Amino acid sequence: MKANCWYGKTMVRVEEVPDPQILNQRDAIVKISSTAICGSDLHLYNQFIPTMVAGDILGHEFMGEVVEVGREVKNLAVGDRVVVPFPIACGNCFFCKDEMFSLCENSNPNAWMAEKMFGHAAAGIFGYSHLTGGYAGGQAEYARVPFADVGPIKVPSHLTDEQVLFLSDIFPTGWMGAEMCDIKRGDTIAIWGCGPVGQFSIRSAFLLGAERVIAIDQYPERLRMAEQGGAETINFMEQNVYEALMEMTGGRGPDACIDDVGMEAHAPGVINAYDRIKQAMMLETDRPHALREAIMCCRNGGIISVIGVYGGFIDKFPMGSVMNRSLTIRTGQAHVQRYMRPLLQRIENGDIDPSFVVTHRMSLDDAPRAYDMFKNKQDNCIKVVLKPGMNGSNGTSSMSVH
Amino acid sequence: MSTRPQTGGSSQTYRQHEHNQDTPFLNETSYAGERTQPGLPSGNAKRLAKGLGWFSVGLGLTELLAPRFVARISGVSEERTGLIRLYGLRELASGVAIFSSRNPAGAVWSRVAGDAIDLASLGAAATSPNTNQGRLAFATANVLAVTALDVICARQLSTGNPGIHASGTCIVNREPDEVYNYWRDFQNLPRFMKHLESVEEYADGYSHWVAKGPAGMNVEWDATIVADDPGRVITWRSLENADVDNAGAVRFEAAPGGRGTIVKVNIQYNPPGGVLGKTVARLFGEEPEQQLDDDLRRFKQMLEVGEVVVSDATLFGTGYMDQRPARPADRSELESVEQLPSQMATNYESLDDERARGRMQP
Repeated sequence: MKANCWYGKTMVRVEEVPDPQILNQRDAIVKISSTAICGSDLHLYNQFIPTMVAGDILGHEFMGEVVEVGREVKNLAVGDRVVVPFPIACGNCFFCKDEMFSLCENSNPNAWMAEKMFGHAAAGIFGYSHLTGGYAGGQAEYARVPFADVGPIKVPSHLTDEQVLFLSDIFPTGWMGAEMCDIKRGDTIAIWGCGPVGQFSIRSAFLLGAERVIAIDQYPERLRMAEQGGAETINFMEQNVYEALMEMTGGRGPDACIDDVGMEAHAPGVINAYDRIKQAMMLETDRPHALREAIMCCRNGGIISVIGVYGGFIDKFPMGSVMNRSLTIRTGQAHVQRYMRPLLQRIENGDIDPSFVVTHRMSLDDAPRAYDMFKNKQDNCIKVVLKPGMNGSNGTSSMSVH
Repeated sequence: MSTRPQTGGSSQTYRQHEHNQDTPFLNETSYAGERTQPGLPSGNAKRLAKGLGWFSVGLGLTELLAPRFVARISGVSEERTGLIRLYGLRELASGVAIFSSRNPAGAVWSRVAGDAIDLASLGAAATSPNTNQGRLAFATANVLAVTALDVICARQLSTGNPGIHASGTCIVNREPDEVYNYWRDFQNLPRFMKHLESVEEYADGYSHWVAKGPAGMNVEWDATIVADDPGRVITWRSLENADVDNAGAVRFEAAPGGRGTIVKVNIQYNPPGGVLGKTVARLFGEEPEQQLDDDLRRFKQMLEVGEVVVSDATLFGTGYMDQRPARPADRSELESVEQLPSQMATNYESLDDERARGRMQP
């Protein structure tokens, strides 16, 4: 089969690899109909996540048709159309029983690596380094899906791929970012980052009852999409974020702040240079500008919800502000399995149509070009969906801007 | 599984005091959470060794960089700076050896040997006309004091057991009885202990173990159960004719709040010398604790999931050198995998439906 493989910093190649096989009895093999590039794939692409090996297949947002099931998978049948959640979870351990699926204790065979890095290991993840298990990803024609009796969710045929694909990651992730804010009637929520996850956080915050959502980014196309979702916006290259937020909230600050950016934040001026130099010198692994700013802006007693991905260590963390002002920090990789059913229901109800976020549809063959375009925000690129069934463009335009 | 040992009373411990002096963990029937390290020196001796290590480094640097000063305060001729520099190098080597070994007994003994050389040199200097006798006597007294410390420390460090020891723990989301039962059926052990080929159990708590060695060589031994308290503890040790003298203990405690079972394992291998010793060392890997942690992770998977979980990268093992790219294996690679989980015996029969299927699907 064809698969998009990682070969080093900003180097990916689509190449022929062996077809996946059933390895455990709760596996299923899925023929992929749609797969997406996630903002967090760029952390791998830019080589900020350790333990990648040349030839690793990328991708953790995918869906398709079940073509084979293991002996212990009783709830799926060949032919079922399913969306696959990005965390791999056994459903039986202490954390799975508590619906904290991204903390599954059994799905990461390389848990020792994560223990060295983080103290304890979290769940396995498709196509996301060996630290998270070393599972082949879903930017391919087929994927092996472990614990197929727990993760994948069947989707009705009247919904299109693009309406349900994002149940695999970014819709539940954006939703959990908003849910962690404990939103009450009348709340104002500030959101750093208007990438795909940020877009879903904006809409989720409104669905959860927020009165105002203020979204922060630098790219006009993303800010436009945020405004279409009902958010007020701040362009951090044009305005001082702290001053703008204080003016908008009478000096009190937003009730909760969501970091939808993570470890590769961009910032204007000196702070950006400081973090970039420290990151380049390996004195910190992550550039936490958005997180620092979110903490300083949040109202007293407010909540900081960190759903953007961090990989290692950060510097100049304003703990004094957190402690003296009674802030609460909540965080985690999304427990996707917990949200897939209720959010599918919301899609069926028409509360939200997740396909709004797609700006580019390309062939799997075009993955290298898609990564480059997504990284450099060319052509107003916000979200790319790759279609294994589509013919490659060989440089000519096959994408359609939404 | 064959016959369970017949014992009476609440504590079903027997044959316990025959020959357990080397493996104190076999004697502990209660186990309150400490990670004991039989065979390794006490904390006090290690702390003393560290202190002596720093002393070596400090004195070594001084002798190397300021030999004249050293000569002056110890009352010897200032012409001996070359020799003092050499002694400085020796001190540095001892210091580095102390800090870089897990059991620094040898390194501390090397300090004792160095002390003897120092004392001999000071004795020789006493006859030289360029010597300040008062300072020389003071220096000799100091070296004697340090020598006493070195000897005490080296002796304490050397009394431990030299075998390979590993301890590990995990928590399993099942009842203690069930976790105990799975371990107690020794034929299950090779399903999660990677280095075990087979365990066959006979009557009266006797069993025969076959472990994988390098180059296709097997290591075998007979073992007997030392203590067996259902739901709480199992300890075993090898019999006289073993290729490798070894012993193990596993304890089961109900986790607080009914949250499953805490499992604590101690394993001790006493390799005989020579070729076989090396075989055993390789058999258990360079990181015995890591090997045991991996085994316990698989044990937990057998009980919670029903089988050992593999990813594309870990088909050949979870070690750093075992990793292959996260992509499907081709046919020849799959054929070289010793045993694919999909072909191995599973534990699904013992998992009830709710656990085995998860609870996410309607």
